This record gives sequence, C-alpha cells and structure tokens, in this order.
Amino acid sequence: MAAAGSLPLSVRVRGLVNRFGTQVVHDNLDMDVMPGEVFGIVGGSGSGKSVLLRTILGLQRPKAGIVEIGGRDLTTLHGAELRAVKHGYGVTFQHGALFSALTVAQNIQLPILETCTLPEDVLDGLADLKVRLVGLPPEAGAKFPAQLSGGMIKRAALARALALDPPLLFLDEPTAGLDPIAAAAFDELLLFLQRTLRLTVVMVTHDLDTIYRTCNRIGVIVDRRMICGTLEQIERNDHPWIQEYFHGARGRSGRRQ
Amino acid sequence: MLLESRLVDGVRQLAVSGDWVAAAAPDLAAAVATCELGGERALLDGGGLGALDLTGAWFLRRLEARLAEAGLASAWHLAPPEALTFTATLYRTAPSDGAPVRPLPSLPAGDRPLDLLGRWTVSRGSQAHDALEFLGRIYYVIGGALLRPARLRAKSVVRHVFETGLQAVPIVALIAFLISVIVAYIGAQELRQFGGDVFVVDLVTVSVLRELGVLLTAIIVAGRSGSAFAAEIGVMRLNEEVDALRAIGLNVVEVLVLPRILGLMIALPLLTVLADAMGLAGGAVLSWLLLDIPFNQFLARMQDAMAPTTFWAGLLKAPVFAFVIAMVGTFRGIQVRDSSRELGRLTTVAVVESIFLVLFVDAVFAVAYWEFDF
Repeated sequence: MAAAGSLPLSVRVRGLVNRFGTQVVHDNLDMDVMPGEVFGIVGGSGSGKSVLLRTILGLQRPKAGIVEIGGRDLTTLHGAELRAVKHGYGVTFQHGALFSALTVAQNIQLPILETCTLPEDVLDGLADLKVRLVGLPPEAGAKFPAQLSGGMIKRAALARALALDPPLLFLDEPTAGLDPIAAAAFDELLLFLQRTLRLTVVMVTHDLDTIYRTCNRIGVIVDRRMICGTLEQIERNDHPWIQEYFHGARGRSGRRQ
Repeated sequence: MLLESRLVDGVRQLAVSGDWVAAAAPDLAAAVATCELGGERALLDGGGLGALDLTGAWFLRRLEARLAEAGLASAWHLAPPEALTFTATLYRTAPSDGAPVRPLPSLPAGDRPLDLLGRWTVSRGSQAHDALEFLGRIYYVIGGALLRPARLRAKSVVRHVFETGLQAVPIVALIAFLISVIVAYIGAQELRQFGGDVFVVDLVTVSVLRELGVLLTAIIVAGRSGSAFAAEIGVMRLNEEVDALRAIGLNVVEVLVLPRILGLMIALPLLTVLADAMGLAGGAVLSWLLLDIPFNQFLARMQDAMAPTTFWAGLLKAPVFAFVIAMVGTFRGIQVRDSSRELGRLTTVAVVESIFLVLFVDAVFAVAYWEFDF
C-alpha cells in the first residue's frame, strides 16, 4: 500500500467497453478522478454503475479499454501486482458485505492480517481505533453483523474499508436504506474523514442530498458513456436524462440545500 | 530506523523518523514494544517523520502510553503531528478507557463438567422441543392439505421429484450396481469353499432387495438432497426470503417443507426400485462372468430365493427414510440464523443426522420385521 501522501492515487479510465452477450453496457467510457476529491457516479437503474465500479475494482475484466489506479493499468496486472493495487484502496458494498461469521473487530482485522502478522493486543487496538473513527461505540467491535442496525452496518463496512488506511475509497450506495438523519450523519462522517485523512473518494449514489453535500465532481452515465464535470456544469447539461434527474420532481429537494 | 532512543542528561530523547504507515505495522509494533525507556522525562521529536497515517498515529499513542506507564512525563519537541492530535480526539469523546475490544464475547457460564452437562442438556432439550414442534406443524399442514389438495402445490412437488429423483438416477444406478458386484464377488469367494456357488444368487437377491438397495439409495439421497434442502432454505433465511413468505401470509411449512417431503417420498421409492434392479443386474453379470451361471438360471434361482415379501420389505422403508431425510434437511435449514458459518454448520448437521436417523429407523424396521416374521 502506498503511503498516504506519497503517491496520490487517482482513477483514470479510458475507452472502456463492457459487453454481456449482445448487450453493450459501456461503450468507450472515459472517467477521471483527481486526487483528494469526492467523485460521485450517477446514472439510472441498469445504466451500468455497478459494472463500472466492479471493473475499476478489478473484479471484472473489460472487453476493451484501460483502467488505471495510481497510474497502474489494472487490466494488465495479475497476481501479486494486482493484489498490491487492491491493498491501496478500500471498498464498501451496498449491503455492507460484512463477513457474517466474524465480529466487527474481526472484520476490520481481516485485511490487516492479510498483509502482515501483528500481536493480538495491537490488532485489538487497531480495530478499536477504526471502530471509534467511524463513530461507532467501542463495544460495537465485539458484535456480530447480524446484531447491528442498518446505519451501524454501513459504518462498520466503512471501518473495514479503512482498515489499511488506504488513500482511495470506493463506496457503493453508502447512504441507501438509511433514514435522512442517519444519511446526513454518514455524509458528515465521510466529509470529515475525507478532509482529515485526505482521502480520494469515489462513490456510486442515487442520493441527491449526498451528492450536493459531499461531491466535488460527478460523472453521469448516459448512453453508455460518462459525462463528467462539477455540479454546476452537469446541471447546465441539456441531456434530457440529466435535466430530469436534477430538475425533476425529486430533484428540487436536493437543490434547496 | 523508525525510532531512536537516547538518554541525554536524564532526558529520554525519542526521535521518530521514517514512514509510520499501516504497511510498516509489524516494524512499528516491534519498534514501540522494544524501545528503551527510563529517565526522568521524555522528549519526542517528530522532525524526521515522513508519512503518518492513523495506524502510525495509533502506534505513537502506544509509545506515549508506554512512557506514561514508566512514569515519564512526555512532551513533543515541536507540535505533535496532526494525525496524532486527531487520533487523540477519537478517544476523548468516549469516556471509556480505550480497553481493547474483545473479539469474541465470553460465555457467562463456567466450563466445569457439571456446567457443560447442564448446558448440553438444556440445548438438547430445546432442540428436541423444536423438532417436535416442527413435526407437529408438518402433520397439521398435511391434515389441512388432505381437505384442500390445492395446498399440496403439485408444481413444486414435481420440481423436487425431478431434482431429487431423476437427477440422482445415474449415481444411484452406478453405486447399486457396483455394491452388488462387490457383495457377489466376496460371497462367491467364501461360498466356493463349500461348493455352494449358486447361493451367491440368494445372497445378492436377499441382501439387495431387503437392505442394500434402499439403504444405499437413502444414504446417497441424504447426502445429495438433504444437504440441498438445508442449504437452499438456509440461504432463503439469510436473505430474509422466509420472513417475506411469512409476511405475505404464506405458511412456510406448506410452501417450503411439504413439497420437499412429498417430492422425496415419491422420488426415493422410485430410486429404490431402480437400485434394486441395478443391484440384481450387477449380481447377474458377476455370476455369469465369474461363476458361469447363465442369466436364465440366475432368474430361476432368484425367484426361488425370494419370499413374497422380500421386495416389499425393502420398498416399504423407502418413504419412511424419505420423510426422515426431508424433515431433517428442511428443519435444519429453517434453523439457520444470521451467519454464513451457521449455514455450513447446519447443512453438515442435516446430512449427519439424516444418515444416522436412516440407519436407526432401518434397525427399528429390522427388529419389527423379525417380530412380525415379514
């Protein structure tokens, strides 16, 4: 894992093509994430947000194109090199994807143990640190995922993603399924961590409130490509889907903020 | 070199340098744990510090804690690193002492033999209670279904007959054939000593029809379908699909359990007939090859060896075995809760228990047949 601050990791996607059978999901998609920004990926259901995220994470190989994280092309890497790149980012999944057979503390320790061996008390202390970092009560570390509420699961997933202090964070629908207050609290937590730890964050989200509160730039997937820009630029874009998204019936509530 | 410790005029000078990051965690742990202490007070210097992340900051806190333990007041040469100040705030908000999080909750009861026996008894008792309740619910639903046959869900039953029966045909046929060949082969070796080669036919006929055909089929099916039932329903529980069924107002026993039980009670007898046929075929082939008993002679001898009840004595057991296997599989599946580990454990339990119960029921049948001279 790269030291925080030494080599700033960012994401660069060029000419990405993803196809399943005859269905083209992405056709020549480009995307850039600058170091230190919060980048939101937006798109309609079925527009390929999850496929894009999976491709960037190296969980799926694209048909064509390059996907670079920190200047290294994931599509050409294998084995140990790919693993090294993966240790440089943290991920949370939409439903948390905490390991149900492990406690929260053990979930956090798993990525650490994957990279090195440490004494028991150090592991416990590091897990405790990450539990506190995401705003969970210290006793939450001993709990199993099934004993946690939805909001706590999102926080615990974030704690696991931050286990190795990665400079780059991918979040899949971080506030989906949370009540507005919990979602707002999660936004604040994310902004706080992003500022304090100088993280680069890439998130897939539908939540307009989250987008307006946290994102520096967003990328909208329309017509199998991505339109990137700041919020003001995207809002002025005259693509019908984007207009509907930001200025439709549900769009205004987010704008008022 | 991450940490250098020097004693100058009673002042412990600690120079922190290099990258204190998660990647270096083992080195940091060693450096902090083995660092020389002692002196009147400590002065920390982060001047040579490269990158510092939260893991590194945690180790700096640990270093400070060690100094405090050793009775040294510590101060930073310039300002303490930003990440360290930030990390300190995480521990300030919570009033607890930052005791390490225990990874597993410890059980309150002791582990003396009497404690263990007590807990074992209670858990067995509640398991037996649950199993009995489950059995009761099955009978209740069957009773209701007899009045309204639509509740039997024919489509679902047919699916399970196909999956547990038809798809098991190759493996059941192969194993029945091979086992019978083995029995006939070993039997022939022994019986030849007495010149009673021809009794191999009796041996194969009676053992395959009364015992081996149905028992082997039941054990194969327990491994194949008992585990599938437990895993399928278990995953449905983890995905809250079972709760969804309940919320829609469907009876879980009626929707998930009964079709599997009925399907297997249809499939297992059919598989048993197949296993019987393949077993006899195996015996016939071996008798012909090894003992030069032609097929027509084998058939004639077989009919002599068979009592009218021989075939039925085996087949009668099949639906009972099927009921036991399906009930254990579905029961264990419904017990799955919360975690993937439970799913694996209960699937294993389902297979082990259903094989055990099949053998137990088989023993009961053997005694009953003996008593009733069946």
